[in-house]
Amino acid sequence: MVGLETARQVGDAVVVSTTTAPFAEVASSNATLRAFLHGLPGVDRVGADARAAMLGTRSIKTTAKAQAIDLAISMVDLTTLEGADTPGKVRAMCAKAVHPDPTDPSVPRVAAVCVYPDLVATAVRALDGSGVKVASVATAFPSGRSSLEVKVADTALAVAAGADEIDMVIDRGAFLSGDYVKVFEEIAAVKAACGPAGGAQGEHAAHLKVILETGELATYDNVRRASWLAMLAGADFIKTSTGKVQPAATLPVTLIMLEAVRDFRLRTGRVIGVKPAGGIRTTKDAIKYLVLVNETAGADWLTPDLFRLGASTLLNDLLMQRQKMATGRYAGPDYFTLD
Amino acid sequence: MSERLAVRKTYKLFIGGAFPRSESGRSYAVTSSKGDFLANASKASRKDARDAVGAARKAFPGWSSATPYNRGQILYRVAEMLEGRRAQFVAEVVDADGVTAKKAGELVDAAVDRLVWYAGWSDKIGAIRGSANPVAGPYFNLSTVEPTGVVAVVAPSAGPLLGLVSVIAPVIVTGNTCVVVASERAPLPSITLAEVLATSDLPGGVVNILTGSAGEIAPWLAGHMDVNAIDLTGADEDLAVRCEELAAENLKRVLRPPLDRIDWLADPGTDRMTAFLETKTVWHPIGV
Repeated sequence: MVGLETARQVGDAVVVSTTTAPFAEVASSNATLRAFLHGLPGVDRVGADARAAMLGTRSIKTTAKAQAIDLAISMVDLTTLEGADTPGKVRAMCAKAVHPDPTDPSVPRVAAVCVYPDLVATAVRALDGSGVKVASVATAFPSGRSSLEVKVADTALAVAAGADEIDMVIDRGAFLSGDYVKVFEEIAAVKAACGPAGGAQGEHAAHLKVILETGELATYDNVRRASWLAMLAGADFIKTSTGKVQPAATLPVTLIMLEAVRDFRLRTGRVIGVKPAGGIRTTKDAIKYLVLVNETAGADWLTPDLFRLGASTLLNDLLMQRQKMATGRYAGPDYFTLD
Repeated sequence: MSERLAVRKTYKLFIGGAFPRSESGRSYAVTSSKGDFLANASKASRKDARDAVGAARKAFPGWSSATPYNRGQILYRVAEMLEGRRAQFVAEVVDADGVTAKKAGELVDAAVDRLVWYAGWSDKIGAIRGSANPVAGPYFNLSTVEPTGVVAVVAPSAGPLLGLVSVIAPVIVTGNTCVVVASERAPLPSITLAEVLATSDLPGGVVNILTGSAGEIAPWLAGHMDVNAIDLTGADEDLAVRCEELAAENLKRVLRPPLDRIDWLADPGTDRMTAFLETKTVWHPIGV
């Protein structure tokens, strides 16, 4: 992606392979990975919760709120990941992604739509030339319980169908049992399956988002370790959740991941994006995340290239708030499409 | 032994089955008809109105799909609970209206009877407003009534209990949910009524009661795109005109304020129920 290429020039390190130069030897064995990940400073749980809660109390009003709403809309990954998804539903969602509010052309389009691999082709056709990206979940989403071959094939299928972005899940079982090298190699293999830059399927490789499923990682320390593990293995984005597990995205978890991408840039120069997903339903929530990004990683991350909100119901609330600000009357869901 | 400290009641709002304070933190002093201080009541803001509409919308699918029989039972239950608190309501009506205890007793009794009367209508309103229509073709043509949706109600300032019950009951008995702006001058019986509603099997959010200034809150409800109808019974002339203009934006059903003073003790008729009903007509082939 163009945004990322520019961002990569921010630091002075140069990306040569999936493993970044300063950490070349970290992934050489499970022992070195474990030593590195467990050598990361522990997370102060109470402090992280308190900081996230404190940043959530910022009051964003009037013009700042209007700006935040438009920014949030442009960061939405409009998602449908149901067993009952049909091509028709995906096409309807794509239409909404391009023109979130058909009555108001000033509403920006969303960043991407996120679908299952078999519906990627439908979404690609529906979004052709619109600038909205197509993201596909892959690697035996949402549980990730399958062989590496199946996961790589799943990814290759989605990439071949034209997906611009791949949302993969990590093997939480392997991570929790301490088999970090397995997780690392899986991410690296899926990254390879996304295609090389300038490779066969277009100018750029598909963008890789790595879903940590923080709701299953049990501790904040694990979230920090999983974030670093994913970044070391070549992730372009780290994403909180599949949306299928409770709790999904929370502010403190996103705070820890934002700290990780900030520190990663300081140490390697590579800029990684963050995507909280699941459970973000209201404009108020979305604005809290934007404040968190600005105060943790910095304003550089306040772009759809580096921060996304994975959501389905959030968009309607953003549109209703936008309409409330424009007309001065409370909006109703009867006047917006259901996704 | 020292004298026992008075335990005073904090009057709050009634939203979604809970009793929150106003989001704004405001309150105002409520006085009796003689000007004596009675209590502080919450002064609801537009955001409380917004939350109340959200609660009413959330409660609508469940309440409107409950059987009319069930809704009638629940309304009757409200009447039972009200009867059980008769003494408390009599005292509040005396304070609020300055009437004698005897007259207040009659008003409370009338409020209980009014609930029982409307409870009986729950499964009968379809019989007077629905119909089998004669059509020139091989079809059954049936019209049935359905609730309008979320109804905003500006309660009358006179008749703090009987008037209030007489505007709420006809709205909810047919399956609507409502947001009520209580009488600004005498809001205390409305919150005590909310305690009755909260303990009588009425699902949370079916009735939401806001106390405060109708002039401040009602226009927000009238302009709200997720409110389907507004009852302006308690609005003064200027407010009613303003609300009706705002209500035009999403074609709300509007019940205008009465031209004459309403006698709440008189037979209410069915007009208040039928004002917030939609007619659905179905054509069904007769077959061979």
